Amino acid sequence: MSATASAETVDLVAASVRELNQRLHDAASGGPTGWRVSNPNGAHALAAGLDAEMDVEIDGHTGYYCAGMNKLATVRVRGNVGVGVAENMMSGTVIVDGDASQSAGATGRGGLLVIKGSASARCGISMKGIDIVVHGNIGHAGAFLAQKGNLVVCGDAGPGLGDSIYEARLYVRGSAAELGADCIEKEMRDEHVTDLRALLERAESDADPSDFRRYGSARQLYTFDVDNAGSY
Amino acid sequence: MCGIAGLFSKSSETEERLGAHLSAMLGQLADRGPDSAGVAIYRDPAPSGSVKVSLFSEEPDYPWNRLEGELAESFGTVTEPERIATHALFTVEGEGEQVQRWLAGEHPELRVMSVGEHIEIYKEMGDPRQFVKEFGLETVSASHALGHTRMATESRVTTEHSHPFSTGLDLCLVHNGSLSNHNRLRVELRRQGIEFQTDNDSEVAAGYLTWRLQQGEDLETALNGCLEDLDGFYTFAVGTADGFAVLRDPIACKPAVMAESDDWVAMASEYRAIAELPGADEAELWEPEPGRVYHWARAKVA
Repeated sequence: MSATASAETVDLVAASVRELNQRLHDAASGGPTGWRVSNPNGAHALAAGLDAEMDVEIDGHTGYYCAGMNKLATVRVRGNVGVGVAENMMSGTVIVDGDASQSAGATGRGGLLVIKGSASARCGISMKGIDIVVHGNIGHAGAFLAQKGNLVVCGDAGPGLGDSIYEARLYVRGSAAELGADCIEKEMRDEHVTDLRALLERAESDADPSDFRRYGSARQLYTFDVDNAGSY
Repeated sequence: MCGIAGLFSKSSETEERLGAHLSAMLGQLADRGPDSAGVAIYRDPAPSGSVKVSLFSEEPDYPWNRLEGELAESFGTVTEPERIATHALFTVEGEGEQVQRWLAGEHPELRVMSVGEHIEIYKEMGDPRQFVKEFGLETVSASHALGHTRMATESRVTTEHSHPFSTGLDLCLVHNGSLSNHNRLRVELRRQGIEFQTDNDSEVAAGYLTWRLQQGEDLETALNGCLEDLDGFYTFAVGTADGFAVLRDPIACKPAVMAESDDWVAMASEYRAIAELPGADEAELWEPEPGRVYHWARAKVA
């Protein structure tokens, strides 16, 4: 699903980020469905707020909030991304060929975020239904306060994984030595292997799902105790 | 918010144009810190037995030439003051700490921005893009330099509150973040004889490093001490006579990107500042890990 050779090209040396995003938004109501963006040079909010099925390929490193709030579109970054890639994504696919900075996929509600390199701290913080597959490692506080969705880490997870997690599923192939508060290892049942296999395939990973361990909520924190429900 | 940048040349081409590169980086970081800007430039070492002194006066017509005469009476040879916007640079034959003490005693109206063989600190209020023009940074050659763009959170916007802060001879610090325990720490450091010019939190971090280094610790040990003793958010870049160091707080609240090419080593709050450098596309690029000291230094000639 990469942009075709006939894709519409926007060069950010000549065009502003606002012009780029306006053109992408306008294309939602009829226009080119294949786009290439050149010379991103770390600019913020590239291809943010898309709301149509289209392919956008960004040739280079991006700044903060790339493909934020994405809906339906497929955005591929041929480089690294800054803070908050695909933050609050609703649906669609975001693929990063390089590394991601902090808070990748933060608060995402749906869709698939793939990071071919590694992600740093707070990957999947407060995720609410997004699927995130990281081919490398993630930094500390991954899936902090995660509520729903899947976080798959093919490498190692840093300290504090899944701190104060609710119902999201975390799969880690490497080490996850220091789990966060109320996060525990859970049994890897057949249904999980099946789900994980499908996710890895979609994420262009050849990792074997049976090599992963699953982590999730022990549901022991204050918020899970029904006796506290009347306290508010 | 604030933006910080560091650039270290590995080739003569980069050294030649280091000021222009740093100016472009600060331009990209202007949105992160529109209140004031500053740089620490490491270049043109003073002759043996002399130090360079960068001074700031609020008075536009400050009698710098009279000061030159007074310095010459108290010390050895003194160069004519080089006027750089609101600052003046002298090279004074004498020992750095003595010159600093003399200036503090005789001319409390002046702010000593930096003292050292290599370092020159310049900083001022206002837009960073304007700053680099006023201070002629674009034509400067230097072996390495640090820069800062400030968005004030903890204290007022003045020249003195701007970064970099001197942390001793040839040493300085720039900071992105905010410290919570700076008041208590300032009191403790004053008791140890460290002097402060402002109520700024970052100056306390600079003073803390000065104090640790005075105890004979190396820079890496002193920076590791920050992890224990500083409470708050920080990405620090510390300039030394022969290089620079970077440290982020253990929870990595503030951003930092590092890059290395055959021609340079760079750090910045964001990649868009590094993207201004020639060959950035091809450079090795990474995010410094929290709580880990990174240090570059020019290889010493034996």
